[in-house]
Amino acid sequence: MTSESTFIDIQNLVFLRGERRIFDGLSLQIPRGKVTAIMGPSGTGKTTLLKLIGGQLRPESGRITVDGICVHKLRRSALYDLRKRMGMLFQSGALFSDISTYENVAFPLRVHTKLPEDMIRDIVLMKLEAVGLRGARDLMPSELSGGMTRRVALARSIALDPELIMYDEPFTGQDPIAKGVLVEMISKLNRSMGLTSVLVSHDVPESLSICDYACIVSNGQVIGAGTPEELQDNPSERVQQFLQGKPDGPVPFHYPAEPIAEDLAGGAQR
Amino acid sequence: MIDRLATIGRGTFDILASLGRSSEFLVRSLIAVPRPATGLPLLVKQIYAVGVLSLAIIVVSGLFIGMVLGLQGYNILTDYGSEQAIGQMVALTLVRELGPVVTALLFAGRAGSALTAEIGLMKATEQLSSMEMMGVDPLRRVIAPRFWAGFITMPLLAMIFSVVGIWGGMLVGVDWLGVFEGSYWANMQSSVDFGEDVLNGVIKSIVFGFVCTWIAVYQGYDSVPTSEGISSATTKTVVYSSLAVLGLDFILTAVMFGDI
Repeated sequence: MTSESTFIDIQNLVFLRGERRIFDGLSLQIPRGKVTAIMGPSGTGKTTLLKLIGGQLRPESGRITVDGICVHKLRRSALYDLRKRMGMLFQSGALFSDISTYENVAFPLRVHTKLPEDMIRDIVLMKLEAVGLRGARDLMPSELSGGMTRRVALARSIALDPELIMYDEPFTGQDPIAKGVLVEMISKLNRSMGLTSVLVSHDVPESLSICDYACIVSNGQVIGAGTPEELQDNPSERVQQFLQGKPDGPVPFHYPAEPIAEDLAGGAQR
Repeated sequence: MIDRLATIGRGTFDILASLGRSSEFLVRSLIAVPRPATGLPLLVKQIYAVGVLSLAIIVVSGLFIGMVLGLQGYNILTDYGSEQAIGQMVALTLVRELGPVVTALLFAGRAGSALTAEIGLMKATEQLSSMEMMGVDPLRRVIAPRFWAGFITMPLLAMIFSVVGIWGGMLVGVDWLGVFEGSYWANMQSSVDFGEDVLNGVIKSIVFGFVCTWIAVYQGYDSVPTSEGISSATTKTVVYSSLAVLGLDFILTAVMFGDI
């Protein structure tokens, strides 16, 4: 992969949470203009990876560059400028609960631009139309369903026409229709806006159906990467266990313990 | 033994780390003043939430405390035949002590806990994170207006509390127990000094406002973003604010009225 086509470049990333090594020498390239899925079991720090890319967390060592800019070396104001070029869709949607749907989408425009009110209105309505919720503009976030919340949050994160959009577990807890809508919308947005999309998920079929490129992260490292077809043919047992959802394999069914016979013979000790 | 020492050391270290974080937080939120055009509406909204919505509890409590002071004062003062001094007693007690202190305690319970819970919930639902990701500093947008609102409203609430309390004292002393109204007010006028009593009371309430709001917004901002975390942060806000107010009140009183 040449450097011009790489939008996010992660080299030898090490990140600790307390004593635990979340990432241990992780390297990953995310191509420009494509949908990249980062998959992996729960608790492998996929959300943490997005926060590292967004500069909300700092790595112990290693390098993360976004469009050639090293994220964790920036000063606060430069970081905030870089973030205007990124959108992030949080797992919970993270809509501001005290203002309406319309105001939520208008929020980044009001803060970062000096556009007149009628222009803001046009942009907000266009973004809401793109996610199919123009009619819901006057509802409060508490009145929206889970799927609608995510769509409004998506409209808000594309309000400033970012170059990169990061989706944190967009499919989790959604009914099949909402999932279908989100799948459709993510790939449509990516094509129509020329975005670079990063999708963090453990929903294998949905993710593989829209991504151009996927990688699987486990135990702090990339264990498999490539196009969806390449991944399906990956010989690694760990990759296959994850993709096919086998209950036992390299990731064991049992939490580490002494052999059961010894444990049972141990008598009164808990 | 070593274990115990280690526990003490770790505890001390945690306390110091938390003090350091809260000081850094204080400085950053004091610097982060939003632009007037966006900041003013946010401030007004918070003054309404923190101040206006606390008015009911402040007024009612002030009234009852004033009435109780009137009753108790009358009982004691009649023993010495000096029940005319009741106005002076009620006013001085309220303006110097009970006004600022009780208002601060009520404020911590009503507004402080609400601030902590609100900010904690915003953190738990990733609203603060998403604001950061949109390139908006939550300290500037969320914390600073709340902080200044608390700082501005506390002295006003304390003054309202004292005024209502003095009126409550009059209701009991004059209208019910029959102290001469002229002496109620005249004694008060001659003995309450503006600089010495009223101003010192206002200074106290400014200090309490600062400390209570600081504790409340910091506990919310630093809370563990789970339901247990938020409930424990809310409890901490009320406990720490109350202790801080009572402790600081002693120090301030010693400095202001202790003649040392």
